Amino acid sequence: MSHHKLEIKDLHFSYPDGHKAIDGITISIGHGESVGIIGANGAGKSTLLMLLMGILFPDKGEIVVGDIPVNKKTLPFIRQRVGMVFQDPDDQLFMPTVYDDVAFGPRNYKLDEKDVEKKVLDALDKVGILHLKDRAPFKLSGGEKRAAAIATVLSMTPDILVMDEPTSALDHRARKNIMGILRSFEHTKIITSHDLDMLMEICNRIVVIKDGKVSADGTAMDVLTDSRLLDSCGLDVPLSLQNCPKCGRGKV
Amino acid sequence: MSGIVNSLYNMKHMDDLARRESPIHDIHPLIKLITTVVFITVVMSFGRYDIGRLLPFFLYPVIIVIVSDLPKAPILKRIIIIEPFIIGVGILNPLLESETFIVGGIELSKGWITFGSIFIKSLLAVTAALLLLATTGMDKIAGALRTLRVPKIFVLQLLLTYRYISVLTEEVARMLRAYSIRAPQQKGIHRSAWASFSGQLIIRTFDRAQRVYHAMCARGFTGDFNFGSVLKVNLKDNIYWVCWIIFFAAARLFDLPVLIGSMITGVFFV
Repeated sequence: MSHHKLEIKDLHFSYPDGHKAIDGITISIGHGESVGIIGANGAGKSTLLMLLMGILFPDKGEIVVGDIPVNKKTLPFIRQRVGMVFQDPDDQLFMPTVYDDVAFGPRNYKLDEKDVEKKVLDALDKVGILHLKDRAPFKLSGGEKRAAAIATVLSMTPDILVMDEPTSALDHRARKNIMGILRSFEHTKIITSHDLDMLMEICNRIVVIKDGKVSADGTAMDVLTDSRLLDSCGLDVPLSLQNCPKCGRGKV
Repeated sequence: MSGIVNSLYNMKHMDDLARRESPIHDIHPLIKLITTVVFITVVMSFGRYDIGRLLPFFLYPVIIVIVSDLPKAPILKRIIIIEPFIIGVGILNPLLESETFIVGGIELSKGWITFGSIFIKSLLAVTAALLLLATTGMDKIAGALRTLRVPKIFVLQLLLTYRYISVLTEEVARMLRAYSIRAPQQKGIHRSAWASFSGQLIIRTFDRAQRVYHAMCARGFTGDFNFGSVLKVNLKDNIYWVCWIIFFAAARLFDLPVLIGSMITGVFFV
């Protein structure tokens, strides 16, 4: 049994105020796939991630990780296998030191402190911030915070990595660094972002969501070069594929 | 507005102090917690007129500050913040007490002595608690409380309150920043905006706290905070608490200032 695959079957979810955020989404993600989920603001991307993590529960339909359905009973297992990096790293970093923050997850699974230490140091090394382990998270730069937030999830050695806007508000170098970290994660990745250039480099598959429904699902190259499709979903083709601003020559 | 941002950094500064290295920082958190509780209990056990006997207890904070090499200014600043509350509690004593005493020919209310006693006791208690926080850190104190079998719901409440104070302060700082750049002529917030400002603050803080909580749940948090390996109490820890307990007991049972004074005078006049 592989825990790296994920099935979302006819998912429906409405908020208490009646707003229907997810309206019959079905997606199947296989082992090792890198999937980018895109959509305009309010399309339902973040809600979908919340449902994946069992922070919200669907009104109808189900999510299956490996062969385990996501429900209240299976949450501890699901959250160990699926790691989520939140959009704002400040929401994820709340302990006094980076080390304690990265150790928070493994300690919750009652691992031996020696194993915890190994996992923490491995995770920090993978994201290249081992030297920051004793620093207070609030003193880190934006890029360092993002790397630390990723390390907090990698220390749990998840089979599936879920990330909400991993490159938002980062400068060029920090963005490249985060992209390098994402590339090095070999298991299944699910990334929501408005940074379509990043998704084009990291993901081999793109799912477009509009009004809580899947509007398109295909290879990154097919979806991200379809300007008509993207335009109808309130999106634009990646900057790297747009016409030259000087001479107007098209790249696609 | 800069005041609130500064206080946010000041609060986090206590966490920084707790990460320093010193012989006091190295002492087992449980031992430091118990020593502090015993210190505060002994100080509070003195009668309302026993000002003189409280004086030897100043040795405890002084030694902790010196040995742990903590900067004095941030600790003093926090003590000063608390002082108005302490003064508020005891300031009416001189007016309410009818008994008097005479110093240098001036008749004074005994309320001044009880006020002094409240002031000194509170000062010592607050200083001891602050020093515990500055040399141990809230997480380790919480771990020590769990070791003492304090119910996890109380420990968690303490820990999350401490963590969420910064969440609240950050939201206040953001809102004040947004307000002040659009109201440059105003000092503070105009009263017409108080209701919407505080309402917004509650909603935003609640929202942010929920996101932090979700992030905790996503990493396997089920209501029990895990503090890592439990350190063992060693010889140095035992020496620490035994020395302090002997000192507290001696200062409680004997009037040390009078005893030392009579010893000195005895030596000089024999």
